[in-house]
Amino acid sequence: MAMVVLKVALYILLAPVLGGLMEGLDRVVSARMQGRQGPPLLQPFYDVYKLLAKQTTVVNSIQILFVIAYLIFTIFTGSLFFGGGDMLLVFFALSMSEVMMVLAAYSTNGPYSALGANRELLQMMCYEPMILLVAIGFYEANGSFMVSELAAAQNPAVFKIPGMLIGFIFILTIKFRKSPFDMSTSHHAHQEMVKGLTSDISGSNLAFYEIAEWYDQVLMMGIVAMFFISKNPVSIVVAIVMCVIFYLMETLIDNVFPRVKYITMLISSWVVILVTAGTNLLILSVLN
Amino acid sequence: MKISKSPWVLHYDGSSCNGCDIEVLATMTPLYDVERFGIINTGNPKHADILLLTGGINAQTAPVVRQLYNQMPDPKVVIACGICSCDGGIFKECYNILGGSDKVVPVDVYVPGCAVRPEALIDGVVKALAILEEKRVKVKESMKQGYCTVDYSKIAVRMKAEDYDPATQYDEVLTEEALREQAEAKIAQTAKPAPKPAPKPVAPAAAPKEGGNA
Repeated sequence: MAMVVLKVALYILLAPVLGGLMEGLDRVVSARMQGRQGPPLLQPFYDVYKLLAKQTTVVNSIQILFVIAYLIFTIFTGSLFFGGGDMLLVFFALSMSEVMMVLAAYSTNGPYSALGANRELLQMMCYEPMILLVAIGFYEANGSFMVSELAAAQNPAVFKIPGMLIGFIFILTIKFRKSPFDMSTSHHAHQEMVKGLTSDISGSNLAFYEIAEWYDQVLMMGIVAMFFISKNPVSIVVAIVMCVIFYLMETLIDNVFPRVKYITMLISSWVVILVTAGTNLLILSVLN
Repeated sequence: MKISKSPWVLHYDGSSCNGCDIEVLATMTPLYDVERFGIINTGNPKHADILLLTGGINAQTAPVVRQLYNQMPDPKVVIACGICSCDGGIFKECYNILGGSDKVVPVDVYVPGCAVRPEALIDGVVKALAILEEKRVKVKESMKQGYCTVDYSKIAVRMKAEDYDPATQYDEVLTEEALREQAEAKIAQTAKPAPKPAPKPVAPAAAPKEGGNA
């Protein structure tokens, strides 16, 4: 029990630091790919500090509640995962946090926010099936939904569910708001809907949103690491190396691809999910 | 840690010839790479700290500029880029040109040039960052007193056509000092609902604005 509390406390304290550094690294690497020097590594922290110091203009006071609920639910989701909780519960709580952000955008009544919220719902439609399949895949591979038991498995799950990993990496691009699929809002300066989801969120509310995104990124990388972790302590090193590789791959994808239309995203993500994760699940259930 | 390490810029073209706008965009390219200083060109006034204005501002863009200025959260800085934005430039005598950004919103930094050089622009933004820090301290102080520096209701932009009257709309610049005075007057009014007893007829020359009591 004390171990679980320690793990959750470590997640709550360290995840924003790690998430901010990951985003800073992403911006530096992106800049180098474009042949420029780029911002300092700590730039995301400067941004959030500035946002906290700014005046917060609020369109509809309920949006404060929703943005803070988004942050709290994201932390709750991550705590469940890193505390060794139920994989299914983790993913349901994750959907809940996303819904909070959509509600925050809808509550402002702004045209750009509402469009961003619509697109965010579409994005959720694209990645939710895969996220559920990942939980089922882990169960089929190692016989448990509990993260604590999955982490102590005999063999890394990736041996049994490589298709799930490919599908999950594909939807990770949507989840990280990277370029082919950054429709609802993006980390880049301009897009056709101003800032989409976060258009009407300013000051400290935007800072809370950024911090929640950091927690979310760390959680997503944690799920990627779950594919490689087993009883063997060497697997932790392997998992960290694979996380770094996949994260840098996302940065490369972000810089290479232009934004696609929603229908392309919907079709491609469902086809990829069906082909990789679906086939994988089918073979597993036949073998078992 | 200073907030000036992450200035987000909003760029608006107030009837310029587009020369300065091209230079503003050139500043964002990998050659000058202003992201080194954390500067991001955001399209959203609600996320912006610095308003970059180009052009001499005409009657149609003036309400838009005020709207953008009002939507930006405090502390904020306005930079006039190019000679047209500073005082009207070669378009100064045109019938529809108001003659500079400072006819519409309070400007903090003037960057001259036709068109403005990216180096000068970067220098102007760096100057603006120092002002941003100063303003942040001011906003903090005024927040402690219970009100914000800018009373948004006082500078509501008149967008309707029937409200348009050049004589009343653009003649005076609403500086932050003036806005703060207005806010203080408003607070003084609401704080004391009881009317003052005696000295009402004594000071007729002082302030014609403070006629009504609540």
